[in-house]
Formats: sequence, structure tokens, C-alpha cells
Amino acid sequence: MSVKEGRVHVTPSAVDRRGWFERILAIRFFEEKVQELFMDGLVEGTTHLCQGQEAISVGSTAALSDDDYMTITYRGHGHALARGMPPEAAFGELMGRTIGCCHGVGGSMHLTDFSRGLIGSFAIIGAGLSVAVGAALSAQRRGDGRVALAYCGDGATNIGTFHEALNMAAVWHAPVVFIVENNLYAEYTPLQVTTAVTDLAQRGVANGIRSRIVDGQDVDAVYEAVLEAVAHARGDEGPSLLEMKTYRFRGHSRTDPAKYRSAGELEKWLERDPVTLLERRLRDEGVLSDDEAHEIRVRVQKEIDDAAATAAASPPPTLDAARAFVYASRELR
Amino acid sequence: MNSASSEMSYRDAIREAMADSLEDDATTVLLGEDVADAGGVFKTSVGLVERFGRDRVFDTPICENGFVGVALGLAVTGYRPIVEIMFSDFLPSAGDAIVNELPKFRFMSGGQCNVPVTVRAIGGATGRFGTQHSATGETWYSGLPGLKVATAGTPQAAYSVLRTAIAQPDPVLFFEHKGLYGVKGPVVRSAPMDVGTAEVLRPGNDVTIVASLLMVQRALRAAAELELAGVDAEVIDLQWVRPMDMTTILDSVRKTRHLITVEEQVQLGSWGSSVIAQAAMEGIALDAPPDAVTLPDDLLIPYSPTLEDAIIPSATQIAERVCAIVGVAARG
Repeated sequence: MSVKEGRVHVTPSAVDRRGWFERILAIRFFEEKVQELFMDGLVEGTTHLCQGQEAISVGSTAALSDDDYMTITYRGHGHALARGMPPEAAFGELMGRTIGCCHGVGGSMHLTDFSRGLIGSFAIIGAGLSVAVGAALSAQRRGDGRVALAYCGDGATNIGTFHEALNMAAVWHAPVVFIVENNLYAEYTPLQVTTAVTDLAQRGVANGIRSRIVDGQDVDAVYEAVLEAVAHARGDEGPSLLEMKTYRFRGHSRTDPAKYRSAGELEKWLERDPVTLLERRLRDEGVLSDDEAHEIRVRVQKEIDDAAATAAASPPPTLDAARAFVYASRELR
Repeated sequence: MNSASSEMSYRDAIREAMADSLEDDATTVLLGEDVADAGGVFKTSVGLVERFGRDRVFDTPICENGFVGVALGLAVTGYRPIVEIMFSDFLPSAGDAIVNELPKFRFMSGGQCNVPVTVRAIGGATGRFGTQHSATGETWYSGLPGLKVATAGTPQAAYSVLRTAIAQPDPVLFFEHKGLYGVKGPVVRSAPMDVGTAEVLRPGNDVTIVASLLMVQRALRAAAELELAGVDAEVIDLQWVRPMDMTTILDSVRKTRHLITVEEQVQLGSWGSSVIAQAAMEGIALDAPPDAVTLPDDLLIPYSPTLEDAIIPSATQIAERVCAIVGVAARG
């Protein structure tokens, strides 16, 4: 088993890839809108934005079937939107309104949608990984061919649960794909300061899991890699780990100005912005004209703005509604 | 369902509760360290892997946080896991799963899922297991809305409370006491009971003794000693820590006008102090100040058999403390 392995070549259609462009843009515009909503006082607390990492959400979810499982993290707006969560449900959750996917009690870090297989969004580092292994075991026991996709960041590869989950997945041959989004910083601290192994795919190999390094800025590359890993999982060939090399263009969370970046680092990564990378490629290939690109931008921006307005018009939940979410058994409500 | 009573050890009652749950519901699974081929280190799952197969009874690596997380993943995708934690002392290794995941998962999702996970934790002193293998821990996680917490002090409770826990649509921490595994008693294979019910094991009129786990058996022995001193004690097995059956307990206290709690934990953070506080807040008139028999606050559980015996409340010590509040001289 090696870190880098061959690819399968499954070519997505032009329509698919134009759809990816729309989704990447929708996530970008969503995240920018969240910052505006903060300034307007409509979103409070904290948020962890994913500008720069959108290609991973879009490329990976494109490789899934509708009934596959996903566990995501507190930096999860992109994954939820890529999976098809309506933006008003996501905005509503961030605003604490009943229209929110979790009726406003979860908030930014807990975008969950069981109807889309999005079975959990975790604000505790690494926690979702073992839950995804459990979901994969349930698919394995039923023999229904589902797989589980579990996302985490580079920082999560230092917590015990990461290794626990990888080992269990490997020893039980669970149909799970781990995606490590290596954006080079664990919160405010550069990877190399906290982590002796900086190609994190090695940690998959160390746990007996087929592992690859993938260009996380390139949605086509992400799609192909995840498609291959998902095919392995579905074919009872066990788990995979994909390390996505990526970068976040904003700070860790709302209050982080990201002063720890080295000079020129952000600018270098902005040259590999997944939005412009895909747009340029689609134009070069003649899949997307200038006019179409413009039309898409205007339309997606309006959809995002409208979704935010719809969410803002929704009322907050009641304490009684929230109380009913604590226990499933009626006698304790 | 066999409603006839049969004589059974606490250990067998635990196993039978799991076996009947596995039998009744094909989505029920059991996982934990050494639960399959080894039958559990305390032999509570002997024969289950042979009977139900490796998909439903399986061994895990030694990684409590990881495998409780796996149970959560199984639970929200259609299964009903029972997880064995070999010693209660290992629960903190699963701390994130127990504190942040199981209780909060349904809530955070806005009620999108149920979390039918039962975590069985094997705890308790008197086995000479030393400081890191002897805690009971029944209140460690009792302050968490979203979780239910249960215990069993008799073979019957081992069966019926565990059966009830497994049947819950919500996460339950179920505490067993390894000092009770050999205790025998009548067990009716009853249908699941109501959640949050305490059990009056011995009716009495002079004092209410509420106890958990091993202390239930010692309280029953204390009641027998007290009878010789002319004190008629009512003994209640707490059973559920969350939700707690304040109705049964406080009705008893109103009758006896004397309250004493007995548990294998220190007083700060004990369930006994919650019971006493609730009695006070409800203004229940007592004929003497209530008492809480607990572990000493200035010691940890020692290995030395002499020392361990000295700090775990005995039946005689419980009887003496009861005598002190009811104003009777203890016998012997």
C-alpha cells in the first residue's frame, strides 16, 4: 500500500461540471453573505468559513449516491450546501430560526440533514470520524451498498479518536472514506509546529488504510479520487483516506484575522482559488462561455441573497419546541 | 415472555436481559472489549456470540471514545447498540462520546434522530481492584440532559432495568456492580418497566433508606439488623439516577419522617445529596436531620483489603447510622 495510487478515469458530463461551478459559487457567496449577516447582527456567536476549500465539498459529494452517509465538522457550511441543503435552511440555522435545518437550536457548527444522509456535524475535533465508522458498519451489516464519507481537518489527525476510527475502519473493513482537508493550520497554529508528519495521508497508511494525496483546489481531481475511494468501499474493498491539500482564505473563525500567515502565502494560494480554477478550465474547454459564467454568477448571488432574506423572515423556535428535541421518549417531555 | 419467577444470579440476569433484547429485536447489537469469544471479562455475555453471530456480538479494540462513537453511528442509522465498558473507571476515556455526543446528538439535530444506545459500565469496589478499577460512577454523568442514567442493586433490577434501558429510544448509561454478580435472587422476565422508577424492596415505617448498587444489598442486611433493634426500615433501590423517582422516595420519607441515603461515592456530587436537597425544598418534615452514608471525602479507594473494607460502608455501619438518626441504640 502506498500513499499515491493510480486513478480511475470516469469523466463527468459538461452539465455536471457546470453544476459544480454553480455549487462552488453558491458556497463562496454563502460564506461571504454570512460575514455580512454578522455585521448586521443576524448571525451571532462564531462561524468557521470555508472559502478556498469549496472544491472539496463539491467534488466529494458529487461522487456519492443520495443515500450514502456523511459526517462533517464545524467548518461544514460547504459540505451541507454541496450535499443539497437548501441555503435558506442553512442560513436559518445560522440565524437561529425555525426554518433552519435543525430548527435553529444547532447553529453554524451543527448543520445536519438526515434526509440527505448528513447524519451529523460535529464541533468536537475528530468525533464524527468514529460515528461515520458506525454508520458504515450499519451499511455493511445490511449489505445495502451504502458508504460513509467522514470529513476532518489536519488538526484532527492529532487527536486520539482519529486513530481509533481509522484502526476500527481498517480492522472491520468498513465502507468508509475519510477526507482530511489539510488547510495547513490547526486553528491559529501552522501544521509543522504541531505535527511531525506533514503528508497526512501517511497516517492512513500507518493504520492500514489505502491513502492518497489529492489537490483539494481542483474539483475534477477531488471528484475522481473520491469516486475511486467510494467504489472501493462499495465493492467491499475497505476504507480509504484522502488527504486534500487545500487552504482557507479566511481566518479560523470569525474573530481570527489570520496574522500568522507568512508573507505572500495567501496570495500564492489565491492563484489557486477553486472558483477561478474551475471557471478558467471550463472556459478553456469551451464548456462555459463568458456570458454563461456571468449569468450564473448573477443568478447564484440572487439565490443566496433571497435565501438569506427568507431565513431572516422566519421566527425563532420556542423553548417548548427545543425541549421536545432533548429526549425521544414521551414521558420525559 | 415468561412471567414466572426463576432464581438467577445478577450476572445471569445481565446476560439474560441482553439475550432477550437481542432475541426480540434483530437490530440490537452488543459491542465492547472481550464481549464476544471471551464472553466478557466478568462473563456477562457468555454464549451470546455463539447464539447471535459475529455481526451482532463483536469485540472492539481498546478505544472507548472510538467505539462509543461507533455505537452512536450505528444507532442513528438503524441499530440498537449495547456497549460494554469493562470498568466504570474507563468511562472518562469515552468522555467526549458520553458528554458531548450521545446526550446532545438528537437535540443539536433538532430532533431528527433517536439515539438508542445503552452503555453498560461495570463498576464498584470490594473486589481488591485498586484505585483505577473500583469506582461506581453513577453520578459522574448524571447532570446531562439528553442522557438517562440507571443502576441495579438486585438480580431483578439487573434484568428489568437493563431491558428497559435497551428498549429506550434515548441513550442510557447503565451501571452494574461487579461485587453483585454472584448475588442470587428471584427474577421475573418482565416487559420493560417505566423509566425512572425506584423499587421499594422492603417496606417499613420508621426510616427510609435509599441505596444504589452494592449498597442496596448492604442496606437490606442493615434492615435485618435494625429489625432486631426494633427499627422498621423501608429500603428503596434507587435504580434510576436520571430521571430520579422522587415520588416514590419522598412518599416514603413523608411516611417514615427519617431519611438516609447510602452510596459508594463521596458526598459532593452524590445522588444522595440531591435526594436530601429535594426533600428539604419540598419542606418535608423530618423528625431528625437526614444523613448520607458515602465514601470518605479525604481518601481514594485503596488496594489494601483491610483499607478497602474500612471505607466501603458495611451493613453494620449503615445500621449504626440509621440508629443515630432514629434515636435508637444499635445492637451488637
